[in-house]
Amino acid sequence: MTKLVYFAWVRERIGRAEDELSLPAEVMTGADLLAHLKTLGEEYEMALAFPDAIRIAVNMEHVEHDESIVGAREIALFPPMTGG
Amino acid sequence: MSDIDTVSPTVRVQHEDFDLQAEVAALSAGHHEIGAVVTFSGLCRDEGGSLEALELEHYPGMAEAEMLRIASIAIERFGLQGLTAIHRFGRIAPGEKIVLVIAASSHRQAAFDGANFVMDFLKTSAPFWKKEHGAGGKAGDWVAARDADDAARNKWTPAG
Repeated sequence: MTKLVYFAWVRERIGRAEDELSLPAEVMTGADLLAHLKTLGEEYEMALAFPDAIRIAVNMEHVEHDESIVGAREIALFPPMTGG
Repeated sequence: MSDIDTVSPTVRVQHEDFDLQAEVAALSAGHHEIGAVVTFSGLCRDEGGSLEALELEHYPGMAEAEMLRIASIAIERFGLQGLTAIHRFGRIAPGEKIVLVIAASSHRQAAFDGANFVMDFLKTSAPFWKKEHGAGGKAGDWVAARDADDAARNKWTPAG
């Protein structure tokens, strides 16, 4: 099982702050993950409609969409950051 | 380079307000090699009266880790003698402080550059998000990321 955590409007659109999911073996990159999630329900489709606006972190470190997520304990999906 | 290796940043993520004067004193106490201290404070604007409060969301754990990573790069890159970065979360009203960066060095340029660098990367890489609550309880929107912030970060090469 992989823990997924969501923040800001990604969290609001999915409707919860986290999920525990069993990811299929063919989900190997961040882009694969976004494509897979969009098949799981309307809320994911709505939250992830614009993949370019989604940032991904694996085990609390930023990764690009084409990087591996295999073996991740925790994957975070969130919009571009607006702190400071 | 042992004197650089021993400089460790102070990073905090908290809801409570902070005291700029106390943080500067804590950073510089006993460090007489420091000749320059630059502080940056980010405040919550009222956006011409239309904003009642900001709600700052963060990713606990990663926010601290990312701020520490950025701070450590800045210490090494600019040869800083001290660095403090504090970011608040939760509901923050206009006029209140949101973020503090203090950079200390022997001479002023490194301190100016270090503080600037940390803020540019903090804005684009530290996992914080602002939601606006409008005056009169009007439902808020998430603040959109600005291209200008990406451009400010991208002026630093090599990238942090």
